[in-house]
Amino acid sequence: MSFCLNFPLFLIVLSLISAVLCIILPGKAARYVALSLALLSAVLNAVILFYVYPRNISVTYLMGHYPHPWGNELRISAMEALFSSAFSAILVLCLLGGSAQLREKVQAELSPYFYVMTCLIQAALLALVYTNDVFTGYVFIEICTLSSCGILMIRKNGRTTLASVRYMIFSLVGSGLFLFGVIFLYNITGELLMPNIRAAVLTLWTSGEYKVPLLTAMCLMTLGLSIKSGLFPFHIWMADTYGTAIPGASAILSGLISKGYIFFLIKLIFDVFGVDVFYASGIHNVLFVFGVIGIIIGSVSAIRENNILRMIAFSSAAQIGYVYMGIGMSAGAGITAALFQMLTHAATKPALFLSAGTMTNAMGNAKKFRNLQGAGYVTPVAGLAFTFESFSMIGVPLTMGFMCKYLFGTAAFEAAPLKMIPTLIALSVSTILNTMYFSRTVIRIYRHPIANGHEREKTRVSYALAAVVFIVVNLFFGVFGKSFIDALGNCVTIF
Amino acid sequence: MWMTLWNNRIQVAAVILFAVGFVTLLLHRNLIKKVIGLNIMDTAAYLFLTSIGYIENRLSPIIQEGDTALETYVNPLPAGLVLTGIVVSVSVTAVMLALTIRIYRRYHTLNLDDIYRYVHDEMEGEQ
Repeated sequence: MSFCLNFPLFLIVLSLISAVLCIILPGKAARYVALSLALLSAVLNAVILFYVYPRNISVTYLMGHYPHPWGNELRISAMEALFSSAFSAILVLCLLGGSAQLREKVQAELSPYFYVMTCLIQAALLALVYTNDVFTGYVFIEICTLSSCGILMIRKNGRTTLASVRYMIFSLVGSGLFLFGVIFLYNITGELLMPNIRAAVLTLWTSGEYKVPLLTAMCLMTLGLSIKSGLFPFHIWMADTYGTAIPGASAILSGLISKGYIFFLIKLIFDVFGVDVFYASGIHNVLFVFGVIGIIIGSVSAIRENNILRMIAFSSAAQIGYVYMGIGMSAGAGITAALFQMLTHAATKPALFLSAGTMTNAMGNAKKFRNLQGAGYVTPVAGLAFTFESFSMIGVPLTMGFMCKYLFGTAAFEAAPLKMIPTLIALSVSTILNTMYFSRTVIRIYRHPIANGHEREKTRVSYALAAVVFIVVNLFFGVFGKSFIDALGNCVTIF
Repeated sequence: MWMTLWNNRIQVAAVILFAVGFVTLLLHRNLIKKVIGLNIMDTAAYLFLTSIGYIENRLSPIIQEGDTALETYVNPLPAGLVLTGIVVSVSVTAVMLALTIRIYRRYHTLNLDDIYRYVHDEMEGEQ
């Protein structure tokens, strides 16, 4: 069974080859290639998870059997397998749910390129999750940036192009800072592989030598990744980006890309800086403060929006704030909560974007709330999915969102009082604000009379399937999440 | 303090160039100048990397006259990283320029403030 440890490398290479293949295939064939690739990746990563988790091991995979310092390495443990499996599964659902809108809003000859980009995104996400080398991490961060810009700019109107320029500028600032951080770290440690850097960093930290360059490198890398994932105050690109892209692209961007960067940051904290050094450096306090402010500001901005897609985008900013609040809180319970929040958000937000996209499309491309009146009757499945996922975002019991808020609450009581009170305040205030803007939307889409006299529309099978799977997964982890969260806590210890 | 700065003058220059590129990329209103800023920023990073990879009086790592002593040659890894980095920044620059061309064809300006205004007017017109 140890053969399955070859799967990550196999999947990364296969994704890159499929991306090239999709360029020459017609749209429909490219769609099948991308879909089956994502499905294959979800299944194979799940196999790795079931191989690695019971044995409680973390394996270093030498590519081509070249040892340090010549070779490049992957690291395979339960956490990596879980996240790459989840990312791929969500990519499948995004592709399924977003394909109808892609056909309608993008010229037919461009649609294969969308699938080229999703293959590249899959390769980049898998590599970011599995890599054991910081420079490889940087290269795949850039591949991720370029391909995510690709799925954004595939829609050729002025607003989307401007949004992609903005997105690119912020992403490039972030990756430039990250690159400089990597170079600083390489300069003072002389290593690029994560375990070697961690050992060197620990030695430097205890001896007190090169403290300023070490802190600078850590700050630069953390700052770079937090700009790219959209932590407050760098969330300003989000509304334009998610609000103007096609729904399938917004779903992938908000659900997967930002989570990939955050996962890489958590990996850096554990494998490069070392938990003890990172939590002694004080950087986590900065992340905590900006996370809490981000939650409040994101929710307030969402309330002020009257465009449904931009509202969901601002809510994403708030959810990213939650993740950083968890990272900033503590290494144990805080990080576990942050990881579960990442999974929750990745399973909820794409569904919201896809249903909102379906509803706005059915109502004649209306994004303003007053034009969406009665959309729940025009597209029943989208209305139901939107309502359910809104409940999850608010944190109604039996959904993943509730488990998340419960985890953050319990983690807060274990943290220092100085962090406990802001966390609890942020949790309660954001829950109230979430309830306000999501219930306002849900009431609007189920209100009579239906705006502009739209008739009931036929639901597409692929979208309905994706929506139902999203709802079932959310319910499953909302009801039976306790043992899953315990397992997640175990994974953190061997991360 | 001044002596340290002088001894590390190339790295200091690289950091200054990085800052110049960073500010240009973030704050300049002209899209082409933003792309130039991006390139200055990336090149500064490569300058830094190249300068720490170079050791005076050592040769490039190609074995000459049967001399296999480690002290004769420099470590090839920083140069390899720079090459990888250059490839990345070329592709990023290409995408940014493609976006700039698309924007210019539509709005006939490169000034971001003007473009924002035009886009805003377009949105007003749609409603």
